[in-house]
Amino acid sequence: MKQAQKEHTTKRYGMVIDLDKCTGCGSCMVACMSENNVPFKTDESNKLDSITWMQVYKLTNGKSYPNTEICYLPRPCQHCAGKHEGHSPCVSVCPATATDYSKETGIVSQIYTRCFGCRYCMGACPYHARYFNWWDPVWPEGMEKYLSPDVSPRMRGIVEKCSFCFHRYQLARNKVYLEGRKDLDEDEYQTACTQACPAGAIKFGDLYNPEHEVHRIAQPDMQHGGRPQNPHVFRLLERLGTNTKVYYMSERRWVRKAGDNYLPGEFENPGAVAGSH
Amino acid sequence: MDDASIWSQNWAWTPVPADGAVTYENSTCTLCPGGCGITVRKVEGRAVKIEGTKGHPVNDGGICILGLSGLQLLYGPTRVASPLKRIGERGDGKWQKITWDQAISEVSAKLAEVRAAGNSHALGAITGPDRGTVSGLLERFLLVYGSANFVRTPTMMDNFEHVLYLTQGVEATAGFDIENADLVLSFGSGIIEGWGSPVRMFKANARLVENGADVFQIESRLSNTAAKSKHWVPINPGTEADLALGLAHIIIGKGLFDYNFVSTHAHGFEAFKQLVQTRYTPAVVSEKTGVAPGKIEEMAVKFARAAKPLAICGRGKGSAPGGLKEFLAVHMLNALAGSVNRQGGVLQMPPPDYIRWTEPVTDELAAEGLRKGRLDGAGSDQFPSSRHLLNRFIAAAAEDATAAPQVLLVAGANPYYTFPGTQVVKKAFDNIPYIVSFSSYMDETAMNADIILPNHVNLERYEDVPVIAGLSKPVVGLSKPVVAPQLNTRHIGDTIIRIAKAMGGHIAGAFEWDDYQACLEETLSDKWDALSGSCIWVDDAYAPPAPDQAFNTYSSKFEFNAGQTQKALNADNPLPEGNTAEYTLTLIPFDAMRLANGYIGNPPFMTKIVADTVMKRKDGFIEINPVTAGKLGVKQGQRVTLSTPVGEAKVRVNIFEGIKPDIVAIPRGLGHTAYDEYLAGKGVNVNELLGTVEDPASGHDAAWGIRAKLTTA
Repeated sequence: MKQAQKEHTTKRYGMVIDLDKCTGCGSCMVACMSENNVPFKTDESNKLDSITWMQVYKLTNGKSYPNTEICYLPRPCQHCAGKHEGHSPCVSVCPATATDYSKETGIVSQIYTRCFGCRYCMGACPYHARYFNWWDPVWPEGMEKYLSPDVSPRMRGIVEKCSFCFHRYQLARNKVYLEGRKDLDEDEYQTACTQACPAGAIKFGDLYNPEHEVHRIAQPDMQHGGRPQNPHVFRLLERLGTNTKVYYMSERRWVRKAGDNYLPGEFENPGAVAGSH
Repeated sequence: MDDASIWSQNWAWTPVPADGAVTYENSTCTLCPGGCGITVRKVEGRAVKIEGTKGHPVNDGGICILGLSGLQLLYGPTRVASPLKRIGERGDGKWQKITWDQAISEVSAKLAEVRAAGNSHALGAITGPDRGTVSGLLERFLLVYGSANFVRTPTMMDNFEHVLYLTQGVEATAGFDIENADLVLSFGSGIIEGWGSPVRMFKANARLVENGADVFQIESRLSNTAAKSKHWVPINPGTEADLALGLAHIIIGKGLFDYNFVSTHAHGFEAFKQLVQTRYTPAVVSEKTGVAPGKIEEMAVKFARAAKPLAICGRGKGSAPGGLKEFLAVHMLNALAGSVNRQGGVLQMPPPDYIRWTEPVTDELAAEGLRKGRLDGAGSDQFPSSRHLLNRFIAAAAEDATAAPQVLLVAGANPYYTFPGTQVVKKAFDNIPYIVSFSSYMDETAMNADIILPNHVNLERYEDVPVIAGLSKPVVGLSKPVVAPQLNTRHIGDTIIRIAKAMGGHIAGAFEWDDYQACLEETLSDKWDALSGSCIWVDDAYAPPAPDQAFNTYSSKFEFNAGQTQKALNADNPLPEGNTAEYTLTLIPFDAMRLANGYIGNPPFMTKIVADTVMKRKDGFIEINPVTAGKLGVKQGQRVTLSTPVGEAKVRVNIFEGIKPDIVAIPRGLGHTAYDEYLAGKGVNVNELLGTVEDPASGHDAAWGIRAKLTTA
């Protein structure tokens, strides 16, 4: 019994985002900001200091009119596991244990009260997924009424990032425990962005669980750092060995190619270019 | 380490949101006409999050960024906190707080004064949609008062309704069964830019992607819709009708049309055939549209051979009505394919019919006012089948102060900002001595009003929401108060009823309800129980009538060539204002999901995620092709002056490969002068650079752009 329960508690939560369905509408970004008490300033057009845990990037195929193509790519924290579980780029550099890797869920946490703003993690993150609070958050009078008690508002001088809506996991776990059940259903824990996406482009679930949609789509090879076995699925900067838990899917080759840096000809013909693996 | 932590976390203020019991309440979003179901999460009475209602027939859990940002409107700084009376000049923002009793007595006294002078026709009202009880009450008020000048804000739906009336003889709204179509020809419709009911369209688009459906997006700019469609077909803007008729030429010429539909259920086909065969040959159409003959043929053949093809139009979000010719031409394509009133096609949808109030008794003053007709000429001999022509209403008011309304009521609309030709709108406002706004927000129209009687926001009020947004089933939603009114506002329905009661006589007599709530419950009668519980009523069993039952024209068939249709199809395309010698470029506005451009402006969350190539600090950007930029010698980010025949603006340049050379594109939704510091003063309101072009057949504004030039000085 104890053994069975243990197996059930080990999860690797992750996402698969269908870039062919994503419309770049921004619902995921706003759902995230609304769920997680992310503040806003009068001017947010300097994107370097604009806090967006979920950021939708615009990619183009670089071709000129009329052969131009656009693709949008939503980027939450990638919740890297690294080469060995827990060897995430940010976790390894944090001097304050303010960010940690959960072996229970695979989620990379951010503990605001421990963070003292050295920003090593921001330097280490290959995905620009971390944001620094240069100022205290200020809500216009009355608007603090909509702040959610599930997520602490952050203060000046600390780093924040996407938590895969970890508070939702906690609430779902509580519910399951109270109901005397052992395990969460797939739909009991979903992130705010997944829930809001009007195109249904984001799927979220346990990559370990073969019944979960994320597993079925990405077909992660857990023996080999979670590499996707679905040929249309890729991860960002796969070859850094960050072993991310956010997978992307597209039928378009140029989009898949945009997920990493390649030498000329390398993507089309892996192995042909000297020095590549 | 601890010291470092304390030093760096020397924050002055950290809100600690109060915890408490969590509840969820359902309602219907009214921030746009889409009719999505929303579920609001509350903590001890505070609304903390808006989510899409799972299983809802319109949006099934999905939600757009405007809906998501609703709490910023509810608790935000843009709201009008109490009734206000202007004390400074219009637009100065100097207001005096007044009580509701003062506000009601002031407005009713003003209305009584105008009426007593025999000028009841000089009351005008501008609303957003016109199908529910709120606009119904306002329209009823005008009727008993004695004015025909009730004008709804035009959208593409005006043209769809017009087309259904001319070709099918029905007073119906248009539904689009896009989920079941296997090929979509979109003449610039922003399938994922907010056209129709936005979330529903996102879901339909995802389904088209899943099914690998051919979607042809026909427009001169690589919009998100164009980027996500299988085929982007750049076209010279304003020639969409030509392309549609050119496609009809090929479909008819190759005998690929639905023979059964055309021969059994249609009338006037020969004349239509004659028109397209002689005037819309591929060579001519290719020359006009800039689309290669091979592409035209490919589209025509694929469209005609698809099992469930669907052609749609209405540019971007469909917030501008557009030209009747284009809508007719596109509808003819659906008819040729037999995609009328069938699965995957265009469906005639019955207008909501649950408002069955008794005919009010009117007095002689009212009858006299009504005899004077409408200022906009809708329904007149010139425009017999148009219902509301806001462009003509505004033009008439601007042109002649003596003809202008003496009192204007504005509800659910922000014409001062949203209407093209801002200069003309300003002039019209100057000619209207008394303007009453019912806005919940300090928008541009409210800023320039004389008195504001603020409505509750959507999360504080009851309201029926008949969804007229291209759905394929009749849907009525209910907007329900999720939180208690936060400020000293009143439901607009109650305000109208109270003004009517204050005016006494027949006007009061037409409003016998104690309050809006009583009116709503009585009106919805048998639907009330279902609606007050689930907030949604849907007629799942609805199917459009079969072709032999559907058409109510003279021939009882689908009319390819009725008189007005003929006139519209033979008319020239509406041309943009400005001469081509001085203005070498063409300016087109575009719509984007991240910029709300209806009567509600962007809440802070939405403005936050606007790209820095669209808006940077206070500057707005225009998009131009690198070839055009090279020709003009302008660089990325450069500040330039954009001029059109009606105005000019300082903008910055964003060089974009996805736009046709010699076109300048600018987003709708920026350049606000009202609202709050998060939105006001950023970018350019494109309406200040646009004019209107009257459609000869419908009277609507058919402008899709304007000629323009760039100067670097």
